Amino acid sequence: MADTRSTAPVGLPARNPVRAGGSRARSKGWTGALPLLVFVGLAFGIPALALLGGAFTSNGSPSLANLTESLRGAYLTALLSSVKLSALVAVVGAVLGTFLAQAVVTSRFRALRDAVLTASGVLANFGGVPLAFAWIATLGNSGVLTTRLGLGDHGWSLYSFWGLALVYLYFSVPLMVLVIVPALDGLRPQWREAAQNNGASAWQFWRYVGIPVLTPSLLGGVVLLFGGAFAAYATAAAMVGTVVPLVTLQIADALTGNVLIGHENVALALSFDMIVVAGLVMAVYLPLQRRSARWLR
Amino acid sequence: MAALTPTVLPDVTGAPAPQTGRPRRVRVWRGVVLTVAALYFLTPLLASFVFTVNDPTAGFTLDAYQEIFSAEGFVQSLLLSLGLAVATIVTVLVLTLPAMLAVRLSAPRLRPVMEVLCTLPLVVPPITFVAGISTVLRWGPDYLATTPFYQTIIAIQDPAFPVVLVVAYVVLALPFVYRALDAGLGAMDVRTLVEAARNCGASWPHVMLRVIIPNLRSGLASASFLTLALVLGEYTVARLLGYQPFPVWIVTISGSNAPLSVAVSIFSLLFAWLLLLVLSTAGTRQRSGS
Repeated sequence: MADTRSTAPVGLPARNPVRAGGSRARSKGWTGALPLLVFVGLAFGIPALALLGGAFTSNGSPSLANLTESLRGAYLTALLSSVKLSALVAVVGAVLGTFLAQAVVTSRFRALRDAVLTASGVLANFGGVPLAFAWIATLGNSGVLTTRLGLGDHGWSLYSFWGLALVYLYFSVPLMVLVIVPALDGLRPQWREAAQNNGASAWQFWRYVGIPVLTPSLLGGVVLLFGGAFAAYATAAAMVGTVVPLVTLQIADALTGNVLIGHENVALALSFDMIVVAGLVMAVYLPLQRRSARWLR
Repeated sequence: MAALTPTVLPDVTGAPAPQTGRPRRVRVWRGVVLTVAALYFLTPLLASFVFTVNDPTAGFTLDAYQEIFSAEGFVQSLLLSLGLAVATIVTVLVLTLPAMLAVRLSAPRLRPVMEVLCTLPLVVPPITFVAGISTVLRWGPDYLATTPFYQTIIAIQDPAFPVVLVVAYVVLALPFVYRALDAGLGAMDVRTLVEAARNCGASWPHVMLRVIIPNLRSGLASASFLTLALVLGEYTVARLLGYQPFPVWIVTISGSNAPLSVAVSIFSLLFAWLLLLVLSTAGTRQRSGS
């Protein structure tokens, strides 16, 4: 930074036309960023303001009625159920993802590692509608495994809280693998050797070296997984309809007027609740991301 | 220390892999983890394939796959999705690339602003974003009917090509595009390249087309592919705003023809897989080239 600044005045005055170009470049630099800022301001800012405005007005006057309504009865149940599902998926997904990543990282087969990472990249994005249908075909009421194994007689239903958790793990575990592999790679073999030379057991190595180094990435992964499961709508909508109460399904119902006409503002208040929850969780993530970046070099 | 060294030394020097100190247990444990993972991740794929080719009465049949291309609305919805994807990719790159260059070259103080802007869409769940958009769109008939804005609001909701979806997708794609381009720009010395080109008298469009973009190929490719995957799989925004691109169409037909919808799901997964393979090979070619 410092030396580019010191070389620029030396190099530039030598040729006047270039100097003019250089100063124009500076003003162009600002204008280069302008379209994006304006676009985001319009495309993101206006809906955000509309959401806030709608959430805090009822019958045309400012009030907290929508917000209290959104934290009561069926809406509260849906919100809590969403948080519970996302927390479960996040913690279980993080643990399983870390085990899978560790198995891959310590493997001697380069091809296995490449295959798992590529597959994780695909599966982490394999949310939404196709995922729901793949699982319905597998474990739904007339799914291949359900009918072959007679799971229906044992009270199995995919269209439940646990079924949904099982399906959400399908994109959460690969996401965790993608998040945690760089951190596991950052655990240098020298650290383990140093611990072994000092007589540490495997458990002591993980307890005092491995886990502390991985903690920021682990928590960051949990947060990402939570966010992904919390915001998921397509999978749930295609799979369970309204059997499992989820806040995203409630918002969609209220928006499309499925429940009651005039509940759009409650949908906005629910959206506001969601953003608050997601924002709080993400607020944990950003500083952690910065801390873990130190180890990933 | 002196007593420890002889017992540890052969272990370290004689072992190529660090885990040979505890081989059997670790290998078994790793095998179990990998087997369980493989079962969990492959079962739905295989089972859904079986589901599509297994007719309860006729036995094995590939009808579901033959029906895909002739199914009503398939071509239309796929074309709509592809059109939206192209428009989104072009828009997001045209907006983001100059902004990121500007931040790197002449306005480093904007960097935190850019980072926040490009992280927000990850924090804000898409469904709340749609809630905001649909509120704004409802203002049209309610408040703006007498103003020129009304025409704009009608125009961007044209069902043949809903511009409002492109706008929403650009916002949703920003985090991915930002990261891909940031990695690409970080791998080259933008300032030196631009200053060298400018000192040699190149115009700004020339710098962009002949210097920046060729060096940024892999970053641009990965940004485009990620955006393409996002748009082709996006359901929430399109469904709630009432349009019918590809994913919404799959759900619509699932009621009447379950095997067909599962077949299309497999089809779209294979497509995504292909995209990602192309992406990763493009990335490695770039790396080995440089």
